[in-house]
Order: sequence, then C-alpha cells, then structure tokens
Amino acid sequence: MTNPVFARIEEDIKNSDVVLYMKGNAMFPQCGFSAAVVEILNHFNVDFESFDVLKDPALREGIKEFSDWPTVPQLYVKGEFVGGCDIVREMAANGELVSHFEQAGVQPKA
Amino acid sequence: MAMSANDIETMIKEALPDATVRIEDLRGDGDHYAAMVTSKEFSGKSRVQQHQMVYKALKGKMGGQLHALALQTSVPE
Repeated sequence: MTNPVFARIEEDIKNSDVVLYMKGNAMFPQCGFSAAVVEILNHFNVDFESFDVLKDPALREGIKEFSDWPTVPQLYVKGEFVGGCDIVREMAANGELVSHFEQAGVQPKA
Repeated sequence: MAMSANDIETMIKEALPDATVRIEDLRGDGDHYAAMVTSKEFSGKSRVQQHQMVYKALKGKMGGQLHALALQTSVPE
C-alpha cells in the first residue's frame, strides 16, 4: 500500500525546483543540520521551498520512507533527491553543488 | 540509549565486511559521531546510494537511537 503522503511529496518536488524538507522553517531552523543546509542554499542565493516536518508528523515519517533516507533535512532539486546535510555540505565545499544547480537549470536569484 | 562507537563499527562491518571504518565521538557524549567508511562495495554507486548502504547496515538505528552520525564514504584508491 502506498503511503498517502507520497502523492503530496511528488507534487511538491515537481512544483518547485529546489525543495528542502527540514525541521523548523528557513527563518527559524529548529535543528543545526537543517540550519546548515539553509545557510548553504542562501549562500548560493537560490530560491527554495521549505517544508517543516516538525509541524507534520505524517510528512516527517513519509519523507523518510519516500527517499529511503532516515534523517531530515533532505534536499530535492528538480524532483530528484540530492542528499542530506553531510552530502550537501560536501558538495558545497567541492564545487559539485554549483554545477548540480547549473546542470539542473537552477539560477541564482536576481 | 546511545550507541558506542564500537557498536556502530561492528554493524557497518557486518554489512560491508571489507570496509575500513573510522569513527570519531565528536563531543565525547556517545551521541554525536562522525564516521568515515571506505569500501570496495561503494564502487560505481552514487553518494546517496553509498550513504543508504551504511544506513541499511545500521538497521534503522540512524535517526532513532543514533541521533547524529556525520557520514563520509569513499572507495579505496
């Protein structure tokens, strides 16, 4: 049986180029790992949609199952799972994240 | 209940027997670890897949009993 939350997640990651599932919101992250990814996205100046899993227990469990990934934050670009905090941090440091955004056609905010 | 660095290493090695595992207890509190895992099994896998393999090895403990494990994976040179 498919988790009913999956349809919502599929819709959300289709509707925005960059989606972050996190604890808290972009203004007030509630966890250091989520804050780190927000900071990186702000640093690269890309627009993103964020969803607060703390406000939504079904989403909190659903996103873990959907991505087959046990932790939050989780970053999606163009509907594709990029990684959690460790991977995003590593990609930001070695330049992969910039090329990933470029390849996906994600432009920095004007 | 937190996990010991030894438990983490044992579980990873059970799933990835060839792995070299280095674990650091970041705060000395038995709750925030960093692990560097090197294994031939990672060859040809994306980084997401490599991390998923380690999380599978930890059998659901990641995100639960194991609160914070900063993970770095690589293929041996």
